[in-house]
Amino acid sequence: MVRENPCKTGAVNIHYHSYDAVIVGAGGAGMRAAIETAGKMRTAVITKLYPTRSHTGAAQGGMCAALSNVEEDYWEWHAFDTVKGSDYLGDQDAIDVMCREAIDAVVDLEHFGLPFSRTPDGKIDQRRFGGHTRNHGEAPVRRACYAADRTGHMILQTLYQRCVASGVNFFNEFQVFDVLFEGEGEDRRAAGVVAYEMATGDLHVFASKGVLFATGGFGRIFQISSNAHTLTGDGPALLFARGIPLEDMEFYQFHPTGIYGIGILLTEGARGEGGILRNGLGERFMERVAPTVKDLAPRDMVSRAIHAEIREGRGAGPNKDYVYLDLTHLPPEQIDAKLPDISGFVRTYLGLEPKTDPIPIQPTAHYAMGGIPTNVNGEVVIDSAGTVLPGLYAAGECACVSVHGANRLGTNSLLDINVFGRRGGRRMAEYVAGVDHPSVGKEAAGDVRDRIEQIKASNGKEKVAALRAELQQAMMRDASVVRTAESLENASRVLAELRERYRDISIDDKGSVFNFDLTEAIELGSLLDLAGTLLAGAMARNESRGAHWRDDYPVRDDANWMKHTLAYREPDGTVRLEYKPVVGGRYQPMERKY
Amino acid sequence: METAEAGAQAQDAMMQEVEVHLRIKRFDPDVDKRPHWEEYFVKLKPSDTVLTALHTVKWTIDGTLSFRRSCAHGVCGSDAMMINGVNRLGCVNLISDVGTSLVIEPVRGLPVIKDLVVDMEPFFAQYRSVMPYLINADDPGYTERRQSPEDRARFDDTTKCILCGACSTSCPVYWANDQYVGPAAIVNAHRFIFDSRDQARAERLEIMNQKSGVWRCRTAFNCTDACPRGIKVTEAIEEVKRAILYDRS
Ligand SMILES: Cc1cc2nc3c(=O)[nH]c(=O)nc-3n(C[C@H](O)[C@H](O)[C@H](O)COP(=O)(O)OP(=O)(O)OC[C@H]3O[C@@H](n4cnc5c(N)ncnc54)[C@H](O)[C@@H]3O)c2cc1C
Ligand code: FES
Repeated sequence: MVRENPCKTGAVNIHYHSYDAVIVGAGGAGMRAAIETAGKMRTAVITKLYPTRSHTGAAQGGMCAALSNVEEDYWEWHAFDTVKGSDYLGDQDAIDVMCREAIDAVVDLEHFGLPFSRTPDGKIDQRRFGGHTRNHGEAPVRRACYAADRTGHMILQTLYQRCVASGVNFFNEFQVFDVLFEGEGEDRRAAGVVAYEMATGDLHVFASKGVLFATGGFGRIFQISSNAHTLTGDGPALLFARGIPLEDMEFYQFHPTGIYGIGILLTEGARGEGGILRNGLGERFMERVAPTVKDLAPRDMVSRAIHAEIREGRGAGPNKDYVYLDLTHLPPEQIDAKLPDISGFVRTYLGLEPKTDPIPIQPTAHYAMGGIPTNVNGEVVIDSAGTVLPGLYAAGECACVSVHGANRLGTNSLLDINVFGRRGGRRMAEYVAGVDHPSVGKEAAGDVRDRIEQIKASNGKEKVAALRAELQQAMMRDASVVRTAESLENASRVLAELRERYRDISIDDKGSVFNFDLTEAIELGSLLDLAGTLLAGAMARNESRGAHWRDDYPVRDDANWMKHTLAYREPDGTVRLEYKPVVGGRYQPMERKY
Repeated sequence: METAEAGAQAQDAMMQEVEVHLRIKRFDPDVDKRPHWEEYFVKLKPSDTVLTALHTVKWTIDGTLSFRRSCAHGVCGSDAMMINGVNRLGCVNLISDVGTSLVIEPVRGLPVIKDLVVDMEPFFAQYRSVMPYLINADDPGYTERRQSPEDRARFDDTTKCILCGACSTSCPVYWANDQYVGPAAIVNAHRFIFDSRDQARAERLEIMNQKSGVWRCRTAFNCTDACPRGIKVTEAIEEVKRAILYDRS
């Protein structure tokens, strides 16, 4: 069935470029950073997708900022909610920065042209979202700025429009596979990246003073996911391979309302507009779990509540393995005006009418709280003392500042990408102005070239798609909403076996043009490595906090575990864990009740 | 919960596997002089998407098949393609909508690079040519500009565009004439022309009034039919035409 195409190994063309700043990724975080450096210095934005294809465009619900356009609100209340939502693992200095600068970040976007939904008097409208409250938990507050239910789409389009206006230099459909450093030990600094050009199969070495990673999430390690096929964690994985630690990888958020069986997200905004969760018996079970905020409790709690309903036999459907999101009591006009896109998803993929039919949903892998450790200026820090690696930056979902701690609140990621994209871009611009160009050797692309040639030349018997599916199933079954030592050991066993088999993969496509067979093979390597860091962190953490729930350790243990995990790659490929303290502040840990 | 039961039954029917026959137009520049057809048979559920059909081919039969995709739910605009003669996104069309016999080709009017992957650069160059960004020289200070809900609604439809290219590549004028900016670029011009905050209306209308602009449109309505976001593309083009004729200010 498969035709031979010539194997062009040994003949890889390598191109060399020199820039002041390189940004890897053109989602919200990457483009927000680019707007800060464009025009000030030679900047290249390298992205494996056309910028407007980035998954920021899939975000629906909103972006929080205490504008008080419709209700009294203060950034300090926002900060309190974020700290509490993080289950006290978020760093309070960073959370203060984010919540204070949220207001500017929204205003910036409006000035860039973002078509926010408006109040009758023409201000940016705001709506409710899970975990966001007035006055330290009193009642839900209207804090989320939005543009219908396509806020992320409008942010992505608007930032791209701004980049077009300022002539940002994009390298579209170039996939970065390696990072370059200059010097050793304390003198080590970033020196560029190596990228693979999809249209030609050529390699490109970008020598650069500053490198900012903004490659997004890695939700594709799980079977049911709201994340795009392309969200494979390339950035964190390639840095990890080069000795950069990854922070808090065990904290992975499951969003409560994914479309049953496929994981496509139905925004929390649906519950913000009044939607209700019901089990198979028709009961509004969130009333029991979170009497005050009910269906708008934070995501980790709602996902666990759904899991419990299903486990205790109160699920719906032939296998009793889902619950319902019920919008049928909402005025049809409200559904049309406020939730048009998600209504479309329900009609398309389930053949149901949300105005009259309850919608089958299940928790879906959604957001990585963990990632590349940074400080509030987007500088990558490589140890528990906060040592900065000069010239290396990260922002957005691939980074861990940490503002989301153990559980991100809805709307705080679109905020994060804008606030820390801007900060990272600015700091990189300052740094770049004061240093000289790094020198990059002729063999800089050697490792990537060898890897590609080896994969193309392999006659191994394992298939990428099959291994990936097995990984996703194991992670979903054993390392998702609820975990135990036993389930995590199971997953680790599967992972070890998959890594072995990964060495024996082969691909059909040996060609050089748009060879997604090859890029998927390399992406699978990233997923396997990141799954390893997730499992190692989760196995060690003998407590339950935020999105990390251990049935065998069902309480939060502040005495031993109020600290961030740092996962390092050892030369033999195993994971070593270190820890760093959480930055405290105004809010002392309390029990998390809603 | 009665409707839910009926819904569940309908869903059960959607779970029975059927055989799907795909004919895909293939082209690999490394080996081919011209495109050729290949056929594949795969087992799928009626509720699966065309994108799933392509993934099944790629992941279980022939890994050399190339196509773009990312979000898999119609928001990123990666996978516009011709399915049974009509431009659609692979990821939002179910087998139950398009049938079990599928003819899949790359979109027309853009150069084919490999299989279903076409060169999007001309398309994005056309997009950039309409100044697709808000222009407003006034200093708004540290607060938002005001815009009434009515003014905001005026251009709501054209903000939905995901730049997938399905509209432009379904347009006979676009196929025949590489000067024409095409419906997608006009949609994005419309988005700013009718935004009360924008101050470059006159310039944009001038661009739209050029040889490459709106007057090439022959109101074939293919674009409106092709748009996966349900944007009334032809109507937007007509509104731009009317603005040029009657209220250029
Ligand atoms: C369905 C959905 C709904 C959401 N809704 C909300 C919401 O309402 N509010 C909220 O705050 N958050 C929401 N989120 C979360 C939020 O949208 C994301 O966390 C955020 O947009 C991530 O932005 P980013 O810029 O970090 O990454 P992305 O937008 O994912 O961009 C990643 C970029 O990196 C590039 N890239 C990746 N790997 C490479 C590589 N190897 N080489 C080169 N380029 C590479 C890609 O091309 C892409 O341009 C939602 C998420 C999902 C999935
Ligand atoms: S894959 Fe994103 S639109 Fe189809």
